Amino acid sequence: MTRPLVEMRNISKRFGGVQAVDDVSVDLYPGEVVGLLGHNGAGKSTLIKMLAGAYPCDSGEIYVNGERAVIETPRDARSFGIETIYQTLALADNLDAPANLFLGRELMTAFGTLDDDAMEHEARAVLHRLNPNFTNIKDPVKNMSGGQRQSVAIARAILFNAKILIMDEPTAALGPQETAMVSELIQQLKKEGIGIFLISHDLHDVFDLSDRVSVMKNGRLVGTRQTAKVTKDEVLGMIILGKLPEEETPEDLAALH
Amino acid sequence: MGQTGFNEIMASDAESEAAPGKLQLGPMDQFSRFTGLDTRLLAMLGALVVIWVVLNVMTNGIFLTPRNLYNLAVQSSVVGVMATGMVLVIVARHIDLSVGSVLGFLGMCIAFLQVEIFPLGAAWNWPATILVGLFLGALVGVWQGSWVAYGGVPAFVVTLGGLLMFRGGAFMITDGRTVAPLDPTYQLLGGGIDGSIGATASLTLGLLAAAAVAFFSLKARAKRARFGFPMKPLWAELMMIVVWSALIIGFVLVMNAYTKPRSDIARGIPVPVLIMLGVVIVMTFVTRFTKFGRYVFAMGGNPEAAALSGINVKRTTVMIFVVMGMLCAIAAVITTARLNAGTNSMGTLAELNVIAAAVIGGTSLAGGLGTIPGAILGAVIMQSLDNGMVLLGVSSAVRQIVIGLVLVAAVWFDVVYNRNRR
Repeated sequence: MTRPLVEMRNISKRFGGVQAVDDVSVDLYPGEVVGLLGHNGAGKSTLIKMLAGAYPCDSGEIYVNGERAVIETPRDARSFGIETIYQTLALADNLDAPANLFLGRELMTAFGTLDDDAMEHEARAVLHRLNPNFTNIKDPVKNMSGGQRQSVAIARAILFNAKILIMDEPTAALGPQETAMVSELIQQLKKEGIGIFLISHDLHDVFDLSDRVSVMKNGRLVGTRQTAKVTKDEVLGMIILGKLPEEETPEDLAALH
Repeated sequence: MGQTGFNEIMASDAESEAAPGKLQLGPMDQFSRFTGLDTRLLAMLGALVVIWVVLNVMTNGIFLTPRNLYNLAVQSSVVGVMATGMVLVIVARHIDLSVGSVLGFLGMCIAFLQVEIFPLGAAWNWPATILVGLFLGALVGVWQGSWVAYGGVPAFVVTLGGLLMFRGGAFMITDGRTVAPLDPTYQLLGGGIDGSIGATASLTLGLLAAAAVAFFSLKARAKRARFGFPMKPLWAELMMIVVWSALIIGFVLVMNAYTKPRSDIARGIPVPVLIMLGVVIVMTFVTRFTKFGRYVFAMGGNPEAAALSGINVKRTTVMIFVVMGMLCAIAAVITTARLNAGTNSMGTLAELNVIAAAVIGGTSLAGGLGTIPGAILGAVIMQSLDNGMVLLGVSSAVRQIVIGLVLVAAVWFDVVYNRNRR
């Protein structure tokens, strides 16, 4: 198999008295979707925010393309081709779509001023590709519908040739149709060789899309399995009981039903 | 991208969204779409016109004379200069209560240096004091901004402390003694009898400004056309150019209509007003065309999103206070030059006028919203009320009550306006 795109080795993070992430190792290959599952508070988001540069990790190492990567800020993460679509979308509601797409890496003119026209041009192209009816891109994002806001957040992540995409609960705020849209996009990006971490507390969202699932509970990694080789019930067992399928007892399984 | 299903989904979504949106577009919104001014700024402009007409009637035509408008322009400039900085501060969800005291402190530094430290009469004396003032203003900004950004102390508390500290500092420089007189050339910056640029220069400047408005509007339009973006109709563009040019030339003619005492020599644009207009241009440029300005608005809209986008929120916060400090220095120059003295009470309560100007001018205390021209409009509205009430012989106690009510009403308007937008 090819070299992993990302390896996170023995990552730990503590917030005050809470061990949010405890010695967790996960990896991701090109063109692969890894679902990261667990209850609310299992440590999924914290783990992934360390990859995105939102928090530095207390201990552990991150490797991108086999090389040690020091990621301390969101800017560092972006320099390694890591893009994140946050659960909250992380949009500045008062700014328009182009300003949000290019936030933190604005296009500049030769005079060192913001090149709003060039940014609008690029934004129109990418948003049109995602959604041909998206015309009000110069409105503040707060005037847009949920689907349009989601489009802006997704466009921002794919605009800069991401190699690694982190999607934190991408469908949490969406209806069934928009969820289908995100699924389709994930298939598309997979074909382009992008590796995707898909974070969700909903097993069903993730099961069909991911090649492997990693399950976390109470900050620890329960285990990682090929999606094709486990059943939903087995993964559910991992999420709820925190045990691998082979460790489960009949009583454990009975408790699930 | 092969995603027909996705396109259909988004199309149906867009249609269902668009229909109610279009119905809501009233005549006011359409007008603002054509002019590129937001409805709120237009409402402020309307309020200013009403205030002027009412005050003019009540003062039997004294309010709208060239002489009073000239004074009004000079009076508005100090608050106007600082209000442009307050816009950035409030947009980024902070507040600066210390600007009045910082003005007093920096003004005393400038006056003290000019009169008692640097050699009197030296040509470099007053320019050097201005540079030192700007530098000290920047240092004040670093001090307060660092407490806010790196210390995590709310700006309200840091600048409340600053309000006391810098007022105390202003007193300590000379133990409360007034420092005077200042350099005669320096005094021109305050807009006294000779502190204006004369009729010819004013008119030339006005025509150049009108030409610049036309040039930049058409250039921006040409660029949008090249990209094939949607544009407002050409007649609307031309109408805006005409309106702006008329306002500029009208302003110049009013300033030229006011003559020096016992002569018919036209005064023209006062120097402090020129300074304020320069500040407005620079600050408008900063907010609209620089990364720094974009980041300030992003931080105000969603601080978390700004940080996750890789914006250095802490450094940007310090920068905001540095800009505010330097604008206080400019305001201190105008104040001391106008008084021809440095006194330790300069700028007392100015913070309230400055914050009020920004808020009346449409800067939202919730952060993320505000414009520089709006703040200037706010400063002029405040000053018009104050000026008009002085002309009417209203006592200072009643004036304070009215200004206070106007401030509350402006914030209430902001709340209602934002509620209705949702």
